[in-house]
Amino acid sequence: MARIGASVYTSHVPAMGVAMDLNKTGEPYWQPVFKGYEASRAWMKANPPDVVFLVYNDHANAFSLELIPTFAIGCAEAYKPADEGWGPRPVPVVKGHPELAAHIAQSVIQDDFDLTIVNRMDVDHGLTVPLSMLCGKVDAWPCPVIPFAVNVVQYPVPSGRRCYALGQAIRRAVASYDEPLNVHIWGTGGMSHQLQGPRAGLINREFDNAFLDRLIADPARLAQMPHVDYVREAGSEGIELVMWLIARGAMNDAPPRVVHRFYHVPASNTAVGHLVLENA
Amino acid sequence: MALDKPYKDIPGTTIFDAEQSRKGYHLNQFCMSLMKPENRARFKADERAYLDEWPMTEAQKEAVLARDLNRCIALGGNVYFLAKIGGTDGMTFQQIAGSMTGMTEEAYRAMMLAGGRPIEGNRTIGERK
Repeated sequence: MARIGASVYTSHVPAMGVAMDLNKTGEPYWQPVFKGYEASRAWMKANPPDVVFLVYNDHANAFSLELIPTFAIGCAEAYKPADEGWGPRPVPVVKGHPELAAHIAQSVIQDDFDLTIVNRMDVDHGLTVPLSMLCGKVDAWPCPVIPFAVNVVQYPVPSGRRCYALGQAIRRAVASYDEPLNVHIWGTGGMSHQLQGPRAGLINREFDNAFLDRLIADPARLAQMPHVDYVREAGSEGIELVMWLIARGAMNDAPPRVVHRFYHVPASNTAVGHLVLENA
Repeated sequence: MALDKPYKDIPGTTIFDAEQSRKGYHLNQFCMSLMKPENRARFKADERAYLDEWPMTEAQKEAVLARDLNRCIALGGNVYFLAKIGGTDGMTFQQIAGSMTGMTEEAYRAMMLAGGRPIEGNRTIGERK
């Protein structure tokens, strides 16, 4: 049977992708950011997943205001990097895992989560930047990826509670898949940042570090936190952190092993947070 | 009955909810059109004429022409859509975000390097600094 072996959490700041694409990672501004991912890249190589289930949000690239799915699961064979207005990132095409994705879609929908099924879409920096941060510059991504897009652009976005419960449904779905696959689930976005209005540039270290503590040790209670607390304390775009609860909900109930933890301010407008958790 | 919108008292922040999205539909879809290189070229060649192809309000068109992103947001724009205008102008996302704060580009960048805008004094409208 398939199982979820580990979960990874990371910000997906577009400028981190640009820094890699333009070979600027050794510059003083970027060096500390990328140093924070060295241990995770080594861990990825030593513990390669068979499939990554990657929770992220689209930033007005695949989805305009014509269609706004709350939860969308990619069931396609492949996904191209999106042209977000600056040209597509020079990174490999993302190969999907249509069989496992279709299995998860069927299981999770029967478990009362009404997913939108996507058979064609481009993937933006929300998905490709985490892959770059964990895999480095590569000719091909190391394994198939199932993109799982969450609406966190137009309010109301799904609650933390809903996201956590969805993660639990994904856990059950993976466990009922016949092939013995080691699946890693990634939650991306955040941490504190605000990209709009006179309050742009907001960072809240105290909130971010408490979020990391609680995500590790007490996710069920963390999942009760209302939207307005994210927005007030972590900025209007800090709401992306609800996506981390999907990945955390997919982990076993026993306390996880903390493989790596990293926090840094700033990357462009954003606080960078990163965690690697293994199921005990 | 009115919907509960507890985020209305957060300073300098407009939440892109269903009401804002409704107001800004055509403005945001215009922004999406700038993802295509040929549309960017047509927009740059004659901004007013390009905007007139969209059923946007006059106020929205003027806000775009003035690159007044705070005004665009008040009129229903969302920053991820508005960023396509910044991309067309060759701006980075840090320049786009900073342009809404009333700070110079250098001052905004320095604030971010120093740890960002502090949360103290920025939680609630009228909060004492």
